[in-house]
Amino acid sequence: MRYLLAIPALAALAALPMVFGDYGTGLLVGLAGYVTLVTSWAMFSGPTRYISLATVAFFGVGAYTVAVLNEVLPYPLVLLCAAGIGATMALLVGLSTLRLAGIYFVIFSFGLAELVRQLITWFEVNVTGTLGRYIFLDLEAKHIYWQLLALGAATLVLSAWIRRSRLGLALRVIGDDETVAAHSGINLARTKLVLFVVSATIITLVGAIQAPRWVYVEPSIVFNPTVSFLTVIMALLGGATRLWGPLCGAVPLFLLFEWLSARFPDHFSILLGLMFMAVVYALPDGVLAAIEKVRHRGNGTSATKPAKEASA
Amino acid sequence: MSVLLETQGLTKRFGGLTAVNGVSLTVRRGEVLGLLGPNGSGKTTLMNLISGALKSSEGALLINGKDMTGSAPHRIAKAGVARTFQLVKILPSLTLEENVMVPAAFGPEGLWGRALKVQVAECLDMVGLTSRAGQQASELTYIDQKRLELARALASAPKLLLLDEWLAGLNPTELHEGIRLIRELEQTGITIIMVEHIMDAVRALCPRCAVMNSGTLIADGPTVEVLSDPHVVAAYLGEEDA
Ligand SMILES: Nc1ncnc2c1ncn2[C@@H]1O[C@H](COP(=O)(O)OP(=O)(O)OP(=O)(O)O)[C@@H](O)[C@H]1O
Ligand SMILES: [Mg+2]
Repeated sequence: MRYLLAIPALAALAALPMVFGDYGTGLLVGLAGYVTLVTSWAMFSGPTRYISLATVAFFGVGAYTVAVLNEVLPYPLVLLCAAGIGATMALLVGLSTLRLAGIYFVIFSFGLAELVRQLITWFEVNVTGTLGRYIFLDLEAKHIYWQLLALGAATLVLSAWIRRSRLGLALRVIGDDETVAAHSGINLARTKLVLFVVSATIITLVGAIQAPRWVYVEPSIVFNPTVSFLTVIMALLGGATRLWGPLCGAVPLFLLFEWLSARFPDHFSILLGLMFMAVVYALPDGVLAAIEKVRHRGNGTSATKPAKEASA
Repeated sequence: MSVLLETQGLTKRFGGLTAVNGVSLTVRRGEVLGLLGPNGSGKTTLMNLISGALKSSEGALLINGKDMTGSAPHRIAKAGVARTFQLVKILPSLTLEENVMVPAAFGPEGLWGRALKVQVAECLDMVGLTSRAGQQASELTYIDQKRLELARALASAPKLLLLDEWLAGLNPTELHEGIRLIRELEQTGITIIMVEHIMDAVRALCPRCAVMNSGTLIADGPTVEVLSDPHVVAAYLGEEDA
Protein backbone atom coordinates (compact mmCIF):
# COMPACT_ATOMS: atom_id res chain seq x y z
CA MET A 1 0.00 0.00 0.00
CA ARG A 2 2.58 2.53 1.15
CA TYR A 3 4.86 1.56 -1.70
CA LEU A 4 2.13 2.39 -4.19
CA LEU A 5 1.77 5.85 -2.64
CA ALA A 6 5.45 6.43 -3.33
CA ILE A 7 4.88 6.42 -7.09
CA PRO A 8 2.58 9.48 -7.33
CA ALA A 9 4.71 11.21 -4.70
CA LEU A 10 7.84 10.71 -6.79
CA ALA A 11 6.01 11.79 -9.92
CA ALA A 12 4.88 14.98 -8.18
CA LEU A 13 8.42 15.69 -6.99
CA ALA A 14 9.76 15.06 -10.48
CA ALA A 15 7.25 17.58 -11.91
CA LEU A 16 8.35 20.38 -9.58
CA PRO A 17 10.91 21.91 -12.00
CA MET A 18 8.01 22.61 -14.41
CA VAL A 19 6.31 24.66 -11.69
CA PHE A 20 9.30 26.52 -10.32
CA GLY A 21 11.56 28.77 -12.36
CA ASP A 22 15.32 28.49 -12.71
CA TYR A 23 15.99 29.72 -9.20
CA GLY A 24 13.51 27.26 -7.73
CA THR A 25 15.00 24.37 -9.69
CA GLY A 26 18.45 25.35 -8.45
CA LEU A 27 17.12 25.12 -4.90
CA LEU A 28 15.61 21.72 -5.66
CA VAL A 29 19.00 20.45 -6.81
CA GLY A 30 20.56 21.55 -3.54
CA LEU A 31 17.71 20.09 -1.53
CA ALA A 32 17.72 16.72 -3.26
CA GLY A 33 21.52 16.67 -2.94
CA TYR A 34 21.49 17.25 0.81
CA VAL A 35 18.60 14.90 1.50
CA THR A 36 20.57 12.15 -0.26
CA LEU A 37 23.85 13.09 1.43
CA VAL A 38 22.29 13.10 4.88
CA THR A 39 20.32 9.88 4.34
CA SER A 40 23.40 8.02 3.19
CA TRP A 41 25.52 9.55 5.96
CA ALA A 42 22.99 8.36 8.54
CA MET A 43 22.98 4.90 7.04
CA PHE A 44 26.43 4.36 8.53
CA SER A 45 26.76 6.96 11.28
CA GLY A 46 23.24 6.61 12.73
CA PRO A 47 23.39 3.07 14.03
CA THR A 48 27.16 2.85 14.61
CA ARG A 49 27.41 6.32 16.21
CA TYR A 50 30.64 7.02 14.38
CA ILE A 51 30.42 10.71 13.53
CA SER A 52 32.04 11.02 10.13
CA LEU A 53 33.30 14.38 8.87
CA ALA A 54 34.59 12.75 5.70
CA THR A 55 31.44 13.55 3.71
CA VAL A 56 33.11 16.19 1.59
CA ALA A 57 36.13 13.99 0.97
CA PHE A 58 33.91 11.58 -0.98
CA PHE A 59 31.60 14.26 -2.35
CA GLY A 60 34.64 16.17 -3.67
CA VAL A 61 36.22 13.07 -5.17
CA GLY A 62 32.95 12.43 -7.01
CA ALA A 63 32.86 15.95 -8.38
CA TYR A 64 36.53 15.88 -9.32
CA THR A 65 36.20 12.59 -11.14
CA VAL A 66 33.57 14.17 -13.36
CA ALA A 67 35.79 17.21 -13.91
CA VAL A 68 38.67 15.01 -15.03
CA LEU A 69 36.75 12.48 -17.11
CA ASN A 70 33.82 14.44 -18.57
CA GLU A 71 35.53 14.97 -21.91
CA VAL A 72 37.05 11.50 -22.08
CA LEU A 73 34.21 9.09 -21.35
CA PRO A 74 30.45 8.97 -21.92
CA TYR A 75 28.49 10.35 -18.96
CA PRO A 76 27.13 7.04 -17.56
CA LEU A 77 30.64 5.61 -17.55
CA VAL A 78 31.91 8.72 -15.77
CA LEU A 79 29.37 8.14 -13.00
CA LEU A 80 30.35 4.49 -12.81
CA CYS A 81 34.02 5.46 -12.48
CA ALA A 82 33.16 7.94 -9.74
CA ALA A 83 31.25 5.26 -7.82
CA GLY A 84 34.15 2.84 -8.25
CA ILE A 85 36.73 5.35 -7.05
CA GLY A 86 34.55 6.35 -4.08
CA ALA A 87 34.01 2.72 -3.08
CA THR A 88 37.72 1.89 -3.36
CA MET A 89 38.70 4.92 -1.32
CA ALA A 90 36.08 4.05 1.32
CA LEU A 91 37.37 0.50 1.47
CA LEU A 92 40.94 1.64 2.10
CA VAL A 93 39.92 4.32 4.59
CA GLY A 94 37.52 1.95 6.35
CA LEU A 95 40.09 -0.83 6.65
CA SER A 96 42.55 1.53 8.27
CA THR A 97 40.25 3.59 10.51
CA LEU A 98 37.18 1.67 11.59
CA ARG A 99 39.13 0.11 14.42
CA LEU A 100 39.67 3.56 15.88
CA ALA A 101 37.56 4.64 18.83
CA GLY A 102 34.84 7.23 18.16
CA ILE A 103 36.72 10.44 18.86
CA TYR A 104 39.81 9.48 16.86
CA PHE A 105 37.58 8.52 13.96
CA VAL A 106 35.97 11.99 13.97
CA ILE A 107 39.35 13.68 13.80
CA PHE A 108 40.68 11.33 11.16
CA SER A 109 37.59 11.70 9.00
CA PHE A 110 37.95 15.48 9.14
CA GLY A 111 41.62 15.25 8.23
CA LEU A 112 40.85 12.94 5.33
CA ALA A 113 38.99 15.64 3.37
CA GLU A 114 41.89 18.04 3.81
CA LEU A 115 44.40 15.35 2.86
CA VAL A 116 42.56 14.44 -0.33
CA ARG A 117 42.25 18.11 -1.26
CA GLN A 118 45.97 18.73 -0.75
CA LEU A 119 46.89 15.60 -2.71
CA ILE A 120 44.77 16.61 -5.67
CA THR A 121 46.07 20.18 -5.57
CA TRP A 122 49.66 18.92 -5.46
CA PHE A 123 49.01 16.52 -8.32
CA GLU A 124 47.33 19.13 -10.49
CA VAL A 125 50.05 21.73 -9.91
CA ASN A 126 53.07 19.45 -10.21
CA VAL A 127 52.00 16.75 -12.62
CA THR A 128 49.25 18.03 -14.90
CA GLY A 129 50.19 21.68 -14.50
CA THR A 130 46.59 22.86 -14.28
CA LEU A 131 44.65 23.98 -11.26
CA GLY A 132 41.00 24.24 -12.16
CA ARG A 133 39.04 22.35 -14.76
CA TYR A 134 35.92 22.95 -16.81
CA ILE A 135 32.94 20.64 -17.03
CA PHE A 136 31.18 20.81 -20.36
CA LEU A 137 28.18 18.55 -20.07
CA ASP A 138 24.89 19.23 -21.71
CA LEU A 139 22.90 18.90 -18.48
CA GLU A 140 20.35 21.41 -17.26
CA ALA A 141 19.47 21.94 -13.60
CA LYS A 142 16.33 19.83 -13.95
CA HIS A 143 18.29 16.90 -15.37
CA ILE A 144 20.59 17.03 -12.40
CA TYR A 145 17.60 17.29 -10.07
CA TRP A 146 16.00 14.20 -11.61
CA GLN A 147 19.16 12.19 -11.19
CA LEU A 148 19.46 13.26 -7.56
CA LEU A 149 15.80 12.50 -6.96
CA ALA A 150 16.28 8.99 -8.31
CA LEU A 151 19.45 8.48 -6.24
CA GLY A 152 17.72 9.89 -3.14
CA ALA A 153 14.72 7.59 -3.56
CA ALA A 154 17.00 4.60 -4.11
CA THR A 155 18.96 5.54 -0.99
CA LEU A 156 15.79 5.67 1.11
CA VAL A 157 14.64 2.30 -0.24
CA LEU A 158 18.05 0.79 0.48
CA SER A 159 18.04 2.30 3.95
CA ALA A 160 14.58 0.87 4.68
CA TRP A 161 15.66 -2.51 3.38
CA ILE A 162 18.83 -2.57 5.50
CA ARG A 163 16.77 -1.82 8.61
CA ARG A 164 14.77 -5.00 8.15
CA SER A 165 17.73 -7.12 7.19
CA ARG A 166 20.26 -9.01 9.26
CA LEU A 167 22.74 -6.22 8.55
CA GLY A 168 20.44 -3.65 10.13
CA LEU A 169 20.07 -5.71 13.29
CA ALA A 170 23.84 -6.16 13.46
CA LEU A 171 24.35 -2.40 13.20
CA ARG A 172 21.90 -1.63 15.98
CA VAL A 173 23.64 -4.14 18.22
CA ILE A 174 27.02 -2.58 17.44
CA GLY A 175 25.59 0.83 18.32
CA ASP A 176 24.40 -0.49 21.68
CA ASP A 177 27.36 -2.60 22.79
CA GLU A 178 30.26 -3.75 20.65
CA THR A 179 31.37 -6.38 23.18
CA VAL A 180 27.99 -8.09 23.16
CA ALA A 181 27.89 -7.82 19.38
CA ALA A 182 31.25 -9.57 18.99
CA HIS A 183 30.40 -12.32 21.49
CA SER A 184 27.13 -12.92 19.67
CA GLY A 185 28.96 -13.78 16.47
CA ILE A 186 28.85 -10.41 14.69
CA ASN A 187 31.95 -9.58 12.68
CA LEU A 188 32.41 -6.00 13.82
CA ALA A 189 35.03 -4.96 11.31
CA ARG A 190 33.25 -6.38 8.29
CA THR A 191 29.81 -5.05 9.23
CA LYS A 192 31.08 -1.51 9.73
CA LEU A 193 33.15 -1.68 6.57
CA VAL A 194 30.24 -2.78 4.36
CA LEU A 195 28.04 0.07 5.56
CA PHE A 196 30.83 2.62 5.35
CA VAL A 197 31.56 1.67 1.74
CA VAL A 198 27.88 1.73 0.72
CA SER A 199 27.33 5.09 2.39
CA ALA A 200 30.50 6.63 0.95
CA THR A 201 29.72 5.39 -2.56
CA ILE A 202 26.36 7.15 -2.52
CA ILE A 203 27.99 10.32 -1.20
CA THR A 204 30.54 10.16 -4.02
CA LEU A 205 27.74 9.82 -6.55
CA VAL A 206 25.98 12.90 -5.16
CA GLY A 207 29.18 14.87 -5.73
CA ALA A 208 29.53 13.47 -9.23
CA ILE A 209 25.95 14.23 -10.22
CA GLN A 210 26.08 17.76 -8.82
CA ALA A 211 29.43 18.61 -10.41
CA PRO A 212 28.08 19.94 -13.74
CA ARG A 213 26.33 22.72 -11.79
CA TRP A 214 29.70 24.34 -11.16
CA VAL A 215 31.05 24.42 -14.72
CA TYR A 216 34.42 25.52 -13.29
CA VAL A 217 35.88 23.21 -10.64
CA GLU A 218 38.95 23.41 -8.43
CA PRO A 219 39.83 21.64 -5.17
CA SER A 220 38.95 24.55 -2.88
CA ILE A 221 35.44 24.66 -4.38
CA VAL A 222 34.52 20.98 -4.23
CA PHE A 223 36.27 20.16 -0.94
CA ASN A 224 34.45 22.78 1.12
CA PRO A 225 34.29 21.48 4.73
CA THR A 226 30.93 23.20 5.24
CA VAL A 227 29.34 20.31 3.33
CA SER A 228 30.52 17.83 5.98
CA PHE A 229 29.35 19.98 8.88
CA LEU A 230 25.97 20.73 7.33
CA THR A 231 25.41 17.02 6.76
CA VAL A 232 26.07 16.26 10.42
CA ILE A 233 23.83 19.05 11.73
CA MET A 234 21.00 18.05 9.43
CA ALA A 235 21.25 14.41 10.45
CA LEU A 236 21.35 15.26 14.15
CA LEU A 237 18.43 17.65 13.83
CA GLY A 238 16.23 15.09 12.12
CA GLY A 239 17.52 12.10 14.07
CA ALA A 240 20.18 9.90 12.53
CA THR A 241 18.75 6.58 13.67
CA ARG A 242 15.40 7.00 11.97
CA LEU A 243 14.54 6.31 8.35
CA TRP A 244 12.88 9.69 7.72
CA GLY A 245 14.99 11.61 10.22
CA PRO A 246 17.64 12.77 7.72
CA LEU A 247 14.97 14.09 5.37
CA CYS A 248 13.20 15.92 8.20
CA GLY A 249 16.48 17.56 9.18
CA ALA A 250 17.80 18.31 5.70
CA VAL A 251 14.80 20.12 4.21
CA PRO A 252 14.26 22.89 6.79
CA LEU A 253 17.96 23.41 7.49
CA PHE A 254 18.88 23.59 3.82
CA LEU A 255 16.27 26.29 3.23
CA LEU A 256 17.35 28.12 6.35
CA PHE A 257 21.02 28.04 5.38
CA GLU A 258 20.20 29.11 1.87
CA TRP A 259 18.43 32.15 3.30
CA LEU A 260 21.13 32.87 5.88
CA SER A 261 23.98 32.69 3.40
CA ALA A 262 22.18 35.15 1.10
CA ARG A 263 21.22 37.45 3.96
CA PHE A 264 24.36 37.31 6.13
CA PRO A 265 27.15 36.09 3.84
CA ASP A 266 29.90 37.36 6.18
CA HIS A 267 28.60 35.75 9.34
CA PHE A 268 27.56 32.45 7.86
CA SER A 269 30.22 30.33 9.62
CA ILE A 270 29.37 31.78 13.01
CA LEU A 271 25.68 31.14 12.49
CA LEU A 272 26.50 27.62 11.39
CA GLY A 273 28.50 27.00 14.58
CA LEU A 274 25.75 28.40 16.79
CA MET A 275 23.18 26.27 15.05
CA PHE A 276 25.35 23.20 15.57
CA MET A 277 25.53 23.82 19.31
CA ALA A 278 21.83 24.56 19.55
CA VAL A 279 20.89 21.32 17.82
CA VAL A 280 23.22 19.15 19.90
CA TYR A 281 22.12 20.83 23.12
CA ALA A 282 18.39 21.09 22.58
CA LEU A 283 17.62 18.05 20.45
CA PRO A 284 20.28 15.43 21.06
CA ASP A 285 18.15 12.73 19.41
CA GLY A 286 16.54 14.81 16.74
CA VAL A 287 13.14 16.36 16.20
CA LEU A 288 11.33 13.11 15.52
CA ALA A 289 12.36 11.70 18.90
CA ALA A 290 11.46 14.99 20.58
CA ILE A 291 8.01 15.03 18.99
CA GLU A 292 7.45 11.45 20.10
CA LYS A 293 8.47 12.36 23.62
CA VAL A 294 6.05 15.28 23.78
CA ARG A 295 3.27 13.05 22.42
CA HIS A 296 3.98 10.40 25.05
CA ARG A 297 3.81 13.00 27.75
CA GLY A 298 0.56 14.31 26.33
CA ASN A 299 -0.98 10.85 26.40
CA GLY A 300 0.26 10.28 29.91
CA THR A 301 1.97 7.06 28.87
CA SER A 302 5.02 7.63 31.00
CA ALA A 303 5.56 3.90 31.41
CA THR A 304 7.18 3.58 28.00
CA LYS A 305 10.35 5.58 28.20
CA PRO A 306 11.32 7.85 25.34
CA ALA A 307 14.12 6.73 23.11
CA LYS A 308 16.65 9.10 24.62
CA GLU A 309 16.83 7.54 28.05
CA ALA A 310 16.75 4.11 26.57
CA SER A 311 19.85 4.67 24.49
CA ALA A 312 21.74 6.49 27.25
CA MET B 1 33.03 -38.37 26.44
CA SER B 2 34.95 -36.33 23.90
CA VAL B 3 36.95 -33.23 24.75
CA LEU B 4 35.22 -29.94 23.95
CA LEU B 5 37.64 -27.40 25.33
CA GLU B 6 41.34 -27.59 25.94
CA THR B 7 43.63 -24.83 27.12
CA GLN B 8 47.36 -25.47 27.03
CA GLY B 9 49.50 -23.28 29.26
CA LEU B 10 47.25 -20.28 28.67
CA THR B 11 48.92 -17.12 29.97
CA LYS B 12 47.84 -13.48 30.04
CA ARG B 13 50.04 -10.62 31.13
CA PHE B 14 48.89 -7.04 31.70
CA GLY B 15 52.17 -5.13 31.74
CA GLY B 16 54.04 -6.55 34.73
CA LEU B 17 51.03 -8.41 36.15
CA THR B 18 50.43 -12.02 35.13
CA ALA B 19 46.68 -12.38 35.54
CA VAL B 20 46.54 -15.91 34.12
CA ASN B 21 49.64 -18.03 34.40
CA GLY B 22 50.06 -21.23 32.40
CA VAL B 23 46.56 -22.61 32.85
CA SER B 24 45.98 -26.04 31.28
CA LEU B 25 42.43 -27.25 31.52
CA THR B 26 40.44 -29.94 29.71
CA VAL B 27 36.65 -29.89 29.63
CA ARG B 28 34.64 -32.75 28.19
CA ARG B 29 31.26 -32.54 26.50
CA GLY B 30 28.42 -32.37 28.99
CA GLU B 31 30.61 -31.48 31.95
CA VAL B 32 29.69 -28.70 34.37
CA LEU B 33 32.86 -27.18 35.79
CA GLY B 34 32.91 -24.74 38.69
CA LEU B 35 35.75 -22.20 38.54
CA LEU B 36 36.66 -20.86 41.97
CA GLY B 37 39.27 -18.59 43.43
CA PRO B 38 39.68 -15.48 45.57
CA ASN B 39 39.05 -12.01 44.16
CA GLY B 40 41.56 -11.02 41.51
CA SER B 41 42.80 -14.58 40.99
CA GLY B 42 42.23 -14.41 37.23
CA LYS B 43 38.91 -16.21 36.74
CA THR B 44 37.30 -13.53 34.58
CA THR B 45 40.52 -13.11 32.62
CA LEU B 46 40.53 -16.84 31.87
CA MET B 47 36.91 -16.61 30.69
CA ASN B 48 37.91 -13.66 28.51
CA LEU B 49 40.72 -15.73 26.99
CA ILE B 50 38.39 -18.63 26.25
CA SER B 51 35.73 -16.41 24.68
CA GLY B 52 38.25 -14.41 22.66
CA ALA B 53 37.62 -11.08 24.42
CA LEU B 54 41.35 -11.10 25.22
CA LYS B 55 44.21 -12.60 23.25
CA SER B 56 46.58 -14.79 25.25
CA SER B 57 50.21 -13.79 25.70
CA GLU B 58 51.22 -17.47 25.56
CA GLY B 59 49.62 -20.87 25.29
CA ALA B 60 47.00 -22.45 23.06
CA LEU B 61 43.22 -22.68 22.97
CA LEU B 62 41.48 -25.65 21.35
CA ILE B 63 37.74 -25.73 20.87
CA ASN B 64 36.22 -28.93 19.57
CA GLY B 65 39.70 -30.07 18.60
CA LYS B 66 40.30 -26.97 16.49
CA ASP B 67 43.11 -24.54 17.30
CA MET B 68 41.42 -21.20 17.98
CA THR B 69 44.32 -19.44 19.68
CA GLY B 70 44.07 -15.69 19.06
CA SER B 71 40.74 -15.95 17.22
CA ALA B 72 38.37 -12.98 17.25
CA PRO B 73 35.39 -13.27 19.63
CA HIS B 74 32.86 -13.57 16.79
CA ARG B 75 34.69 -16.61 15.45
CA ILE B 76 34.70 -18.26 18.84
CA ALA B 77 31.01 -17.46 19.21
CA LYS B 78 30.39 -19.06 15.82
CA ALA B 79 32.31 -22.12 17.01
CA GLY B 80 29.64 -22.56 19.70
CA VAL B 81 30.86 -20.66 22.76
CA ALA B 82 28.40 -18.31 24.50
CA ARG B 83 28.91 -16.26 27.63
CA THR B 84 27.40 -13.96 30.21
CA PHE B 85 29.33 -11.10 31.80
CA GLN B 86 30.28 -10.51 35.41
CA LEU B 87 28.89 -6.99 35.04
CA VAL B 88 25.64 -7.83 33.28
CA LYS B 89 25.50 -6.56 29.70
CA ILE B 90 22.20 -6.18 27.90
CA LEU B 91 21.37 -4.27 24.73
CA PRO B 92 19.38 -1.44 26.30
CA SER B 93 17.73 0.10 23.25
CA LEU B 94 16.58 -3.24 21.85
CA THR B 95 13.51 -5.16 22.98
CA LEU B 96 13.89 -8.38 24.95
CA GLU B 97 12.94 -10.31 21.85
CA GLU B 98 15.59 -8.53 19.77
CA ASN B 99 18.21 -9.05 22.47
CA VAL B 100 17.69 -12.78 22.30
CA MET B 101 17.46 -12.75 18.52
CA VAL B 102 21.04 -11.54 18.09
CA PRO B 103 23.10 -14.66 18.86
CA ALA B 104 20.48 -16.88 17.24
CA ALA B 105 20.83 -14.88 14.04
CA PHE B 106 24.60 -14.38 14.06
CA GLY B 107 25.83 -17.38 16.03
CA PRO B 108 26.61 -20.90 14.80
CA GLU B 109 23.04 -21.57 13.64
CA GLY B 110 22.49 -18.33 11.73
CA LEU B 111 18.72 -18.48 12.01
CA TRP B 112 16.34 -16.04 10.31
CA GLY B 113 12.62 -15.84 9.72
CA ARG B 114 10.35 -18.43 11.32
CA ALA B 115 13.05 -20.62 12.83
CA LEU B 116 14.48 -17.55 14.54
CA LYS B 117 11.10 -16.62 16.06
CA VAL B 118 10.64 -20.13 17.43
CA GLN B 119 14.11 -20.20 18.96
CA VAL B 120 13.68 -16.76 20.55
CA ALA B 121 10.31 -17.71 22.03
CA GLU B 122 11.77 -20.90 23.46
CA CYS B 123 14.68 -19.11 25.15
CA LEU B 124 12.51 -16.34 26.60
CA ASP B 125 10.12 -18.98 27.90
CA MET B 126 12.95 -20.88 29.55
CA VAL B 127 13.85 -17.89 31.75
CA GLY B 128 10.21 -16.83 32.24
CA LEU B 129 10.31 -13.56 30.30
CA THR B 130 7.80 -14.40 27.58
CA SER B 131 5.20 -11.91 28.74
CA ARG B 132 7.68 -9.04 28.40
CA ALA B 133 9.10 -9.94 24.99
CA GLY B 134 8.21 -6.62 23.37
CA GLN B 135 9.53 -4.41 26.17
CA GLN B 136 12.73 -2.43 25.92
CA ALA B 137 15.56 -4.14 27.79
CA SER B 138 16.54 -0.94 29.62
CA GLU B 139 13.31 -1.18 31.62
CA LEU B 140 14.26 -4.46 33.31
CA THR B 141 15.19 -4.91 36.95
CA TYR B 142 18.63 -6.33 37.77
CA ILE B 143 17.43 -9.93 38.17
CA ASP B 144 15.46 -9.77 34.95
CA GLN B 145 18.51 -8.38 33.16
CA LYS B 146 20.42 -11.42 34.37
CA ARG B 147 17.66 -13.68 33.11
CA LEU B 148 17.70 -11.93 29.77
CA GLU B 149 21.46 -12.31 29.53
CA LEU B 150 21.12 -16.04 30.11
CA ALA B 151 18.34 -16.34 27.53
CA ARG B 152 20.54 -14.47 25.06
CA ALA B 153 23.49 -16.77 25.72
CA LEU B 154 21.29 -19.81 25.20
CA ALA B 155 19.78 -18.49 21.98
CA SER B 156 22.82 -19.49 19.94
CA ALA B 157 22.31 -23.10 21.10
CA PRO B 158 25.90 -23.09 22.37
CA LYS B 159 28.08 -26.14 22.89
CA LEU B 160 29.93 -24.39 25.70
CA LEU B 161 28.35 -21.87 28.05
CA LEU B 162 30.54 -19.58 30.15
CA LEU B 163 28.79 -18.08 33.19
CA ASP B 164 30.73 -15.42 35.11
CA GLU B 165 29.13 -15.14 38.56
CA TRP B 166 25.69 -15.34 37.05
CA LEU B 167 24.22 -16.09 40.47
CA ALA B 168 25.87 -13.14 42.22
CA GLY B 169 23.68 -10.39 43.61
CA LEU B 170 20.50 -12.44 43.81
CA ASN B 171 18.37 -12.64 46.95
CA PRO B 172 17.76 -16.09 48.51
CA THR B 173 14.53 -16.75 46.57
CA GLU B 174 16.05 -15.62 43.30
CA LEU B 175 19.16 -17.68 44.03
CA HIS B 176 17.04 -20.76 44.54
CA GLU B 177 15.26 -20.06 41.27
CA GLY B 178 18.61 -19.46 39.51
CA ILE B 179 20.05 -22.76 40.70
CA ARG B 180 16.94 -24.57 39.50
CA LEU B 181 17.30 -22.91 36.09
CA ILE B 182 20.93 -23.97 35.68
CA ARG B 183 20.11 -27.49 36.81
CA GLU B 184 17.44 -27.64 34.09
CA LEU B 185 20.08 -26.56 31.60
CA GLU B 186 22.43 -29.29 32.75
CA GLN B 187 19.75 -31.79 31.90
CA THR B 188 19.94 -30.75 28.25
CA GLY B 189 23.54 -31.96 28.10
CA ILE B 190 25.13 -28.56 27.54
CA THR B 191 28.72 -28.01 28.70
CA ILE B 192 29.14 -25.24 31.28
CA ILE B 193 32.03 -23.46 32.95
CA MET B 194 30.73 -21.33 35.79
CA VAL B 195 32.72 -18.90 37.88
CA GLU B 196 31.08 -18.87 41.28
CA HIS B 197 31.72 -17.58 44.79
CA ILE B 198 28.60 -19.10 46.32
CA MET B 199 29.75 -22.48 47.65
CA ASP B 200 26.25 -23.90 48.10
CA ALA B 201 25.60 -23.29 44.42
CA VAL B 202 28.91 -24.90 43.47
CA ARG B 203 28.14 -27.95 45.57
CA ALA B 204 24.66 -28.20 44.12
CA LEU B 205 25.55 -27.70 40.47
CA CYS B 206 29.15 -28.63 39.74
CA PRO B 207 30.39 -32.23 39.98
CA ARG B 208 33.87 -30.93 39.15
CA CYS B 209 35.76 -27.87 40.31
CA ALA B 210 38.91 -25.97 39.39
CA VAL B 211 40.49 -23.40 41.69
CA MET B 212 42.70 -20.49 40.71
CA ASN B 213 44.99 -18.45 42.91
CA SER B 214 47.09 -15.52 41.65
CA GLY B 215 46.58 -16.63 38.07
CA THR B 216 47.62 -20.26 38.60
CA LEU B 217 45.45 -23.36 38.71
CA ILE B 218 45.97 -24.83 42.18
CA ALA B 219 43.36 -27.59 42.15
CA ASP B 220 41.15 -29.46 39.68
CA GLY B 221 38.98 -32.48 40.44
CA PRO B 222 35.75 -33.72 42.01
CA THR B 223 34.14 -30.88 43.98
CA VAL B 224 34.03 -32.66 47.34
CA GLU B 225 37.75 -33.44 47.20
CA VAL B 226 38.78 -30.03 45.89
CA LEU B 227 36.88 -28.14 48.58
CA SER B 228 38.61 -30.07 51.35
CA ASP B 229 42.07 -29.73 49.77
CA PRO B 230 44.32 -27.89 52.28
CA HIS B 231 45.83 -25.70 49.50
CA VAL B 232 42.38 -24.54 48.50
CA VAL B 233 41.35 -23.89 52.08
CA ALA B 234 44.53 -21.88 52.61
CA ALA B 235 43.93 -19.83 49.46
CA TYR B 236 40.44 -19.02 50.63
CA LEU B 237 41.45 -18.27 54.24
CA GLY B 238 40.04 -14.90 55.16
CA GLU B 239 37.66 -14.95 52.20
CA GLU B 240 34.16 -14.17 53.39
CA ASP B 241 32.32 -16.67 51.20
CA ALA B 242 34.48 -19.68 52.01
N1 LIG C 1 42.16 -5.28 31.31
C1 LIG C 1 42.98 -5.38 32.37
N2 LIG C 1 44.08 -4.59 32.46
C2 LIG C 1 44.91 -4.69 33.51
N3 LIG C 1 44.75 -5.53 34.52
C3 LIG C 1 43.67 -6.34 34.51
C4 LIG C 1 42.73 -6.29 33.42
N4 LIG C 1 41.77 -7.22 33.67
C5 LIG C 1 42.08 -7.79 34.85
N5 LIG C 1 43.22 -7.28 35.36
C6 LIG C 1 43.87 -7.70 36.59
O1 LIG C 1 44.07 -9.09 36.51
C7 LIG C 1 43.85 -9.70 37.77
C8 LIG C 1 42.82 -10.78 37.63
O2 LIG C 1 41.57 -10.17 37.41
P1 LIG C 1 40.24 -10.99 37.15
O3 LIG C 1 39.18 -10.01 36.85
O4 LIG C 1 40.50 -12.03 36.13
O5 LIG C 1 39.99 -11.67 38.56
P2 LIG C 1 38.75 -12.52 39.07
O6 LIG C 1 39.29 -13.78 39.55
O7 LIG C 1 37.69 -12.56 38.04
O8 LIG C 1 38.27 -11.64 40.29
P3 LIG C 1 36.78 -11.39 40.88
O9 LIG C 1 36.47 -12.57 41.72
O10 LIG C 1 36.94 -10.16 41.69
O11 LIG C 1 35.89 -11.22 39.72
C9 LIG C 1 43.46 -8.59 38.73
O12 LIG C 1 44.59 -8.20 39.46
C10 LIG C 1 43.02 -7.48 37.82
O13 LIG C 1 43.26 -6.23 38.40
MG1 LIG D 1 35.76 -11.91 37.88
